[in-house]
Amino acid sequence: MTFKQMFTSSVGKKLVMAFTGIFLILFLVVHAGLNACIWAMDGGLMFNKAGHFMGSFVVPRILEIGLFVGIFLHIIQGYMLTLENRSKRSVGYAVNYSKGSKWYSRSMAILGTLLLMFLVMHIYHFWTPSRLGGMGNIKALDTFVLNGVEYHNLYGEMQLIFENPFVVILYVLACGSLAYHLAHGFQSAFKTIGVHNKRYHTLISCIGYGFAIIIPLTFAMMPISFYFKWVN
Amino acid sequence: MSHTTMNLKVKVWRQRNATAAGGFVTYDVAGISDEMSFLEMLDVLNERLITEGGEPIAFDHDCREGICGMCSLYINGKPHGPWQANTTCQLHMRAFKDGETIVIEPWRANSFPIVKDLTVDRSAFDRIIQAGGYISVNTGNAVDGNSLPIEKAKADDAFAAAMCIGCGACVAACKNSSAMLFLSAKVSHLSLLPQGAPERKTRVLSMVAQMDKEGFGSCTNTGACEATCPKEISIANIARLNKEYLGASLTAE
Repeated sequence: MTFKQMFTSSVGKKLVMAFTGIFLILFLVVHAGLNACIWAMDGGLMFNKAGHFMGSFVVPRILEIGLFVGIFLHIIQGYMLTLENRSKRSVGYAVNYSKGSKWYSRSMAILGTLLLMFLVMHIYHFWTPSRLGGMGNIKALDTFVLNGVEYHNLYGEMQLIFENPFVVILYVLACGSLAYHLAHGFQSAFKTIGVHNKRYHTLISCIGYGFAIIIPLTFAMMPISFYFKWVN
Repeated sequence: MSHTTMNLKVKVWRQRNATAAGGFVTYDVAGISDEMSFLEMLDVLNERLITEGGEPIAFDHDCREGICGMCSLYINGKPHGPWQANTTCQLHMRAFKDGETIVIEPWRANSFPIVKDLTVDRSAFDRIIQAGGYISVNTGNAVDGNSLPIEKAKADDAFAAAMCIGCGACVAACKNSSAMLFLSAKVSHLSLLPQGAPERKTRVLSMVAQMDKEGFGSCTNTGACEATCPKEISIANIARLNKEYLGASLTAE
């Protein structure tokens, strides 16, 4: 058996989704944790220092490449699986069976597409000014010097972007999509990699639902905090 | 106990053969006893159709005791009808109300092509079993089952998985037309027992390969299969199958 055969079987394709999904879940923890520095109430100094560390230290830069590969694989494989699965039933039912499963477990592709649309906007807002010196309406980040080190003012960029209520609403809605995507995805990923013991399954389901609430809520509070000027 | 009769409208998928275009036909069925089984109601309708010189509705059935796995039917948007842990043959007309319209569709999946009306070809399941859903005893006498000690919990789990009657409701219920609940039950009940151990790895790899060849979809763990399974096969079996597959595919040559 080759690795190609392993990862292109119906179970193997799901393994790719599960492994990349778990990697993205871990990324969310790091992202939410670092961004929580905005609530340090120090005018964004701690947050900007954290951002500087992530942008200048070699380990996160390597992980960033892994992150882009992981996201890319998750998206491409997700769409391919969705299209493939749909093609397995050419004639549909007149009455659909909706009681046996949760709506969000059947809507992972739609929720994922909303997240992809958000991701494009999010990268445009924060990644391009930091890495590419801006694009379109987004200008390069302001900088400031502290103890001889030049820092990007990413905090100032957040203040600027989240002045727009429309953007804040889009970000909060995206967090809703993320919550439902995680509510199914978290526990489904662990089932796919083979966690079948009832005891672990119950534990993972509980952690999964908790994660699906806490992480998106943390993210949603960021634009809200800036818009209502709860952080200075 | 009170006994009532009811008049119903039955909307049935009619299709002359595998290649003909099909469509719904609505029939009025009068004087149905609430004590009849669902298939008896269809028998009554078919007798009338035959008397009137029409073509009876083709549907699969055999034991009518809920154990053979032959009956199917997607009734009012759920495989095997509204009751939980139940086969169509064990569904009784008291599940419906007088004047109700009942929509009956065949299992829908490209891997289960329609033969006629409500009858579908489920031989894909047979070929999956042939790919490895057995143990090989190539020499000597059959071993006495009781000579191998098996712990109770494992025997119970294996038996619960072996309850699968291969009716295909899991495929019919799944939005991806995935056969993973069926396959996982067949793999689990052997992998949990010592008799299944020697061929454990080759079994799961060959059976998954055959399932893919038959054109079933991938599992997305929605749980619709478990909710509709007449034998209440647990979705935990799917996770066990995934573990078996991951282990076998990583260590295979």
